[in-house]
Amino acid sequence: MPLANMMSITSNTFLSMVIWIGLLLAALYFARRPFHRAMSSLSRIIHNAMRLTAASVMSAEKKLVQRNREVLMAAGLESAERLVEREFDRINAAVVRDLEGYPNLQRKLLEMTTRLDEDYTQSADVPPDLPNWIPIIESIANIKHSGDSMVANMLGEINRTLTEQHKASIENHRSSNTARHSILNKMLPAWRKVQKTLNDVGKSIGNLNQRAKRIDRYMDEYEQIRMQSDKAARMLSSSSLTQFFISGLVLMIAFGGALINFNLIALPMSEMVGGASYIGPYKTSDVAGLVIILIELTMGLFLMESLRITRLFPIIGSMDDKMRLRMIWITFTLLAILAGVESALAFMRDRIAQDMEALRQTLAGVEQASAATSLIPTVGQMIMGFILPFALAFVAIPLESFVSSSRTVLGIVAAGALRLFAFILRLIGNLGYYAGRLVINLYDLIIFPSIWLEGVLTGSKGKRTAPAEEQLFEDGGITEEAVENLNDTIEYKEPQE
Amino acid sequence: MKKTIAIAFSLVLIIALTGCPDAKSRSKGVYMLLDTSGTYALELNKAQSILNYLLGVLQPGDTLAVARIDTGSFSEKDIVAKVTFDERPSYANNQKRTFQQEVNSFVSTVKSSKYTDISGGILQAIEYLNEQGSGQKYVLIFSDLKQELAKGYNRDIPLQLQGFSVIALNVTKLRADNIDPVKYQDRVTKWRAEVESGGGNWAIINDLENLDQIFSN
Repeated sequence: MPLANMMSITSNTFLSMVIWIGLLLAALYFARRPFHRAMSSLSRIIHNAMRLTAASVMSAEKKLVQRNREVLMAAGLESAERLVEREFDRINAAVVRDLEGYPNLQRKLLEMTTRLDEDYTQSADVPPDLPNWIPIIESIANIKHSGDSMVANMLGEINRTLTEQHKASIENHRSSNTARHSILNKMLPAWRKVQKTLNDVGKSIGNLNQRAKRIDRYMDEYEQIRMQSDKAARMLSSSSLTQFFISGLVLMIAFGGALINFNLIALPMSEMVGGASYIGPYKTSDVAGLVIILIELTMGLFLMESLRITRLFPIIGSMDDKMRLRMIWITFTLLAILAGVESALAFMRDRIAQDMEALRQTLAGVEQASAATSLIPTVGQMIMGFILPFALAFVAIPLESFVSSSRTVLGIVAAGALRLFAFILRLIGNLGYYAGRLVINLYDLIIFPSIWLEGVLTGSKGKRTAPAEEQLFEDGGITEEAVENLNDTIEYKEPQE
Repeated sequence: MKKTIAIAFSLVLIIALTGCPDAKSRSKGVYMLLDTSGTYALELNKAQSILNYLLGVLQPGDTLAVARIDTGSFSEKDIVAKVTFDERPSYANNQKRTFQQEVNSFVSTVKSSKYTDISGGILQAIEYLNEQGSGQKYVLIFSDLKQELAKGYNRDIPLQLQGFSVIALNVTKLRADNIDPVKYQDRVTKWRAEVESGGGNWAIINDLENLDQIFSN
């Protein structure tokens, strides 16, 4: 019905409008309760649906967190095992090395102690004493004579003999002392040698002790991880994040290297495969250059795997040593050949660049500058072309770290995203719930004359109608509690009539 | 195993098949018309610098041809030099040097013609570039755009310029244009209408500092 017709049910437009408003208010008043119920149901549907979905998402998040933890622990266990294994290997090597040298060491020590013993015995020899008759002669020589020349001569002779004897004894004593000193001097290096050997033994034992302590520490960590303690989880998670960022940084550096490498070979590749053909939107020469770099990376990856530095391909690591050695040589040879090819391409690039520059100068009408005679740039490019493939081979190490740590990091990010999603769902649920309340209140606000009239009429009878909202939403609000279990029973309370 | 090999082979084949036509569709074909009529022949040294620019920017696989506009330009004989650059950059560089020498020798020996058959030159360019199968086709007209046909020459032929870009270079103002600029505007408008009605794109570059606009579209 057009508005004009509606306004013309009476001759007075205002009266028509008042009648229509009255009718509308009456209709809205009678529809009030069903509307409230419908709105309440709708808001509860939204709220509960969102809560259920959020609970489901939170459950998924929990599972993901659990899985992340398992992955983290497994990685941690593997890493701890590797560390312990490595320490045991080192101890084994040290023990084998030291024990191998032990008989030799023992023999050396024995020889040295025997020599020292002999020297000591020799140095202990006392010089021969003066003969026994010396005191007798001395007493004779001390006899006082009465001036007899013959006696005087005899006594003088005895005195001279005694003095000579004394001198000889002193000389003998001195030489004996010198000999003993020289023996003792000779003992000094032997002592030092013994001291050094014993120090070495002490150092080896100290080293073993240190390693044993380290193993103890690793074993403690291993135990923590095995018990899946929170401390271990925190430690591993932090270590994983650090590894992720560091390996990411190194990979970016490697990417820069690969880019330089690509620029070195892309231009000369156009000389080989043509500069006008395309594969999809890319130049064939560029694709060929890229393929060479990727092959180099792959070879580097296999080389590192064969050397058991990385463990990205368990099948290579588990090969028998003979096969692995073959693999090492094959990959290394291929890498060397590719490096040689790159070096040659770098040389070609330099020549092409020179030719292009000459052409540019000709076209620009500039007098050509004399060709640079220095070979340094050419040689530099060639060396770079040769070295970069080998440098890129080491990308396998950060790549492995990146791949292993990215599992954890991605898991953490995904869990965070799920938590955020669950929060948004709950927020939407609550918004839906309160929006329902708002609509109901607005409805009542629009029909307030009818409600007022109802109040006036029922008030006279001493009755009071409870506010609709309170009837529908008994507690007047909702309590947010964490939904721990999907099986939680959600109670639907029907509004009281 | 056989299945895997078959799939791999098919993939390689698809790449090869889709890769090859791409080379043609990406290549540029440039046909430059040099007006040698009257006093405009004196402007040819400017054309040399344009050609040097083109030789600098064109890549292996691209095609370049230079032809003169004279009394009857719809003829292969009017092509001064033509080349499709080799796929190998070093060979392409040598071709560019040879091309430059050919053009230089033409410019130094050129004699001005009596009439100016621009339409015939454009028709020849269309034919040549279509034959070469270049992906992007450019017709550069180094002229004042004043067409003067000899008696008996019929050039009332609609130009088929779908996929072509026609660029007028160094459209100098004649003495009559200075007196009445409408003549110049009419000349340019007439050629624009003719090119656009033929399905081609029209552009005009008078400042030779802006040569990079030739391939900007």
